[in-house]
Amino acid sequence: MTNKVEPVTKLPTGIAGLDHIALGGLPANRMTLVAGTTGSGKTLFGLEFLMKGILQFDEPGVFVTFEESPSDLRKVMAAFDYDIEGNEAAGKWIFIDATLTSSPQDAVVGDYDFGALVARIGHAVRSIGAKRVVLDSTGSLFSRFSESGHVRFELFRLAGSLRDMGITSVLTMETSGESSALSQFGVEEFVADNVVVLRNTLEEAKRRRTLEILKLRGAAHRSGEWLFTIVAGEGFIVIPISLLGSKEVASSERVATGNTEFDRMCGGGYYRDSAIIVSGPTGIGKTLIATQFVGAGVAQGERSLLFSFEESRDQLIRNAASWGLDLEMMECSGNLEIVCEYPEMASLEDHFVRMKHVIEQNRPVRLAVDNLTALERVATARGLRDFIIGMTSFVKRQEITSLFTSTTRTLVGGSSITEDHISSIADAIVVLRYVELAGEVRRAVTLLKMRGSVHDHRVREFSIDGEGMQVGSAFDQNVGILGWTPGGESMI
Amino acid sequence: MSSYSFRLYVTGETTLSREAEANLRALCKNRLVDDYEIGIVDILEKPDVAETEHIIATPTIMRLAPSPLLRVIGDLSDQERAARAFGLPHAEDSRRGDGLGDK
Repeated sequence: MTNKVEPVTKLPTGIAGLDHIALGGLPANRMTLVAGTTGSGKTLFGLEFLMKGILQFDEPGVFVTFEESPSDLRKVMAAFDYDIEGNEAAGKWIFIDATLTSSPQDAVVGDYDFGALVARIGHAVRSIGAKRVVLDSTGSLFSRFSESGHVRFELFRLAGSLRDMGITSVLTMETSGESSALSQFGVEEFVADNVVVLRNTLEEAKRRRTLEILKLRGAAHRSGEWLFTIVAGEGFIVIPISLLGSKEVASSERVATGNTEFDRMCGGGYYRDSAIIVSGPTGIGKTLIATQFVGAGVAQGERSLLFSFEESRDQLIRNAASWGLDLEMMECSGNLEIVCEYPEMASLEDHFVRMKHVIEQNRPVRLAVDNLTALERVATARGLRDFIIGMTSFVKRQEITSLFTSTTRTLVGGSSITEDHISSIADAIVVLRYVELAGEVRRAVTLLKMRGSVHDHRVREFSIDGEGMQVGSAFDQNVGILGWTPGGESMI
Repeated sequence: MSSYSFRLYVTGETTLSREAEANLRALCKNRLVDDYEIGIVDILEKPDVAETEHIIATPTIMRLAPSPLLRVIGDLSDQERAARAFGLPHAEDSRRGDGLGDK
């Protein structure tokens, strides 16, 4: 492999999210090594690479399988609503069965090459005009042909042959777990100067699938590990889908918060297409703020969507009624959609994809998610952060104003794990806290951060009654309502 | 009808192809005198055959007769091992005890 610097042309893969991270796609006419442990999704990556090529770019593909039989792979893809057989019949997809079980264990005497394999691939490529080839999973070649140096050299030559055919290829390779063992067979140094690593790890007792691009022939790409998920009907999805390409033109238009006095505190309302975080201890009124936010939307004829991960539908409707908000009637108007789900029902990635679906179908102007802390139960802190980045940039691009609630762990003061990770992402943070004053517990609200806005910096008292939130006067300066006394110590 | 029948699969006129053919012919001549036949298939001309026979490495040599079918990959540069892999009688003494190949 030369290290000569030449411009790298990229081929869009069509795999959701991947092309964003790879800044355009995988290097065209080159081989990319996709390495990962058992069950990390390598085979699916390969299948998806071919299928998306056909579906999105009308680029036929050849799938060379070394481990799983073509009939097994057809079944796998059928579970994702992908019709491989139909594409085979249409001359868009060819399997090359190079599995061990398909041939007897051959003795090796003397020198050999993979000329037959190259010939078979070449034949298949020519017969359907293939643009993409997948080789999955080449680890078994090393166990079949004991001299790994020789196998490596042959794979290197194979990569060259595919390049000559103008093929963009994916070669998958098993790794034994540790990221350092990537070079188990030294393949990435010899065969591919494009390397993608898939990981499937247990972290804080939560399963986490990630994709990382290690190198792309020196071409630019996003670094770091990215969450991905595998969903029926959609296949392989890398999250956050829309970190890039989000339109970062902030709106200066204001939208009503659902409370006149609170609108005033915000300097006229929230900014349209901003992401707002409402933080506070349990029971203080976060759901109220979320509910009045969607209620204000519905009142103006704006489509609004409320995701509840904490309260059941009945609870939500009952509580809203006690604040003078009739959610059922709002639903009847056709402008409100309430989606209640238990966080444990799905992984965070799957929640992301489901929410994205609902948002795309409903096309709301306002979105409220109550509550992020509940989602923490199925996510790692980092996973949740990725989730929120993905979600906020996705909804911003659609010019949706979004509001997320987050629960603090302590009743007075303090911050939640969630907030540590997300406060930098939010455009505005509404802080709700309990305050003990003269032997009485009262509620306080303040705006901690509001992107480029003139707003009320004071800490205001509020109460909740049959008409919702009542914002009152400012507290005395000497009350440390955010959890810090003037002395600097946290109250709890 | 010969007792032994071989088919050699190659990819074009490469050094490996020539070596394999020469080694196979020498092997048969030494051990089987003239009780054998050899067919040669160029996979570049007939890629379909490689497909149906599930061949990925070349040269691949199949012993079609006598049964069972045996397959050996490589240019057979080691005559002794090749003979054992194909279960061929020994040239001088007939040490057929270690005859039937690697497997």
